[in-house]
Amino acid sequence: MHPQVILHSFGYLTQAAGTTLAISLAGIALGFVIGAAVCIARLSREAWLARLGGVYVSVFRGVPLLVLLLFIYYFLAKFGVDVPALAAAIGGLALSSGAYQAEILRGALAATPPGQAEAAVALGFSGVEVWRRILLPQALRISIPPLINEFILLLKASSLVSVVGIAELTRVSMNIASLTYRPLEAYVGGALFYLAINLCLAALGALTERRLAGERG
Amino acid sequence: MDLEVLWRYAPSLLSGFGVTVMCWSAGGALGLVLGFVIALLYRLRLAPLRWLLRVFIEVFRGTPFLVQLFLLYAGGPYIGLKLSATTAGVLGLGLYSSAYFAEIFRGGFAAVPVGQIEAAMSVGMKPFDVLWRVTLPSALIAAVPPIVNMLIVLSKETVVLSIITVPELMYQMQTMAAETFTAFDAIFAMAAFYWLLVEGVSRLGARLEARVTAFMAEEARPA
Repeated sequence: MHPQVILHSFGYLTQAAGTTLAISLAGIALGFVIGAAVCIARLSREAWLARLGGVYVSVFRGVPLLVLLLFIYYFLAKFGVDVPALAAAIGGLALSSGAYQAEILRGALAATPPGQAEAAVALGFSGVEVWRRILLPQALRISIPPLINEFILLLKASSLVSVVGIAELTRVSMNIASLTYRPLEAYVGGALFYLAINLCLAALGALTERRLAGERG
Repeated sequence: MDLEVLWRYAPSLLSGFGVTVMCWSAGGALGLVLGFVIALLYRLRLAPLRWLLRVFIEVFRGTPFLVQLFLLYAGGPYIGLKLSATTAGVLGLGLYSSAYFAEIFRGGFAAVPVGQIEAAMSVGMKPFDVLWRVTLPSALIAAVPPIVNMLIVLSKETVVLSIITVPELMYQMQTMAAETFTAFDAIFAMAAFYWLLVEGVSRLGARLEARVTAFMAEEARPA
């Protein structure tokens, strides 16, 4: 083991960790928009729309991310759509994460006691007001810890976009491994970066969970 | 979609599916056993041991499966661990999932009411009997739904093994795609296949869950 390999490539790894973080942030944000739309569709009173939302969740949770990413690449190539590799990768992460986030949001809405919405209606709140002032504030707060958890999973899943050649943390570790002939050190270095980011995120998740528990306590 | 190509490659695709199922079940079994042992050791309440197990769990849950695979397969030989791609794949799946299974079992143990354990001890049951007859049965049943869920997650992770050249389904499908220039058809077939597989397994899992937890619903019903 030659730890100096990690020290020498520290700059590259830091930069690559930044790319990983940026891709994951873009993926989770776009995924949230998709997730919210799918969640609304699933809760819709229109049967076909609810069904469509259900199919979305089932398909994008059923197809492995690596397959989905390659599918997007070949799909774009087959139909001659010219999209930058990075955008396609972020799109793939977001499509997949959207299915999971839709379920998180649905669960959070279901966790709000139905009596509250009924009470608000009885007090003369309009439909929009019930959502804006009663349901959403609570549901969004409940969904923060599972969303942070989803972000950790997404950040790890983003390692798969290395396969399509994007210079994020895993890809850069691979490059360092082949340049220095020291795969052990290179991957340990990459893994340490992932671990550091995820431990911070996990601590943040635990903190928000504790605060939520305190508020309700 | 060119079905003739799929037919011509049926033998290698079938063997790939076989390897996928083998890696999935062997990796899952290894992960379950290892995870269970970790959860049991965790209950010993030895501070240094607990600390070590926590590091193990956090490392394997905090890093991507792909990086763990690379580390095992490419880095392994430098510490005297020369593994074939398939062995590295199964071992990788086992280690990765064991961290999750350990947490699942730990959660299962935590879900057993303390009063039941105290009651068992106060009627004079030995520690092993308490574990075997009181703690384990309800802890394991509480763990069934998350275990099924994790096994489904694991079935999708097997695809990643193709990156280190394990000849599983994804790998065979990509070989076919490269030889016949059918990249889009191949990946479409792959996506459809996995969707059906995961749907099927989750339906089976839901049935299994309903079966093992049926007694709870009966108990919960007011007399």
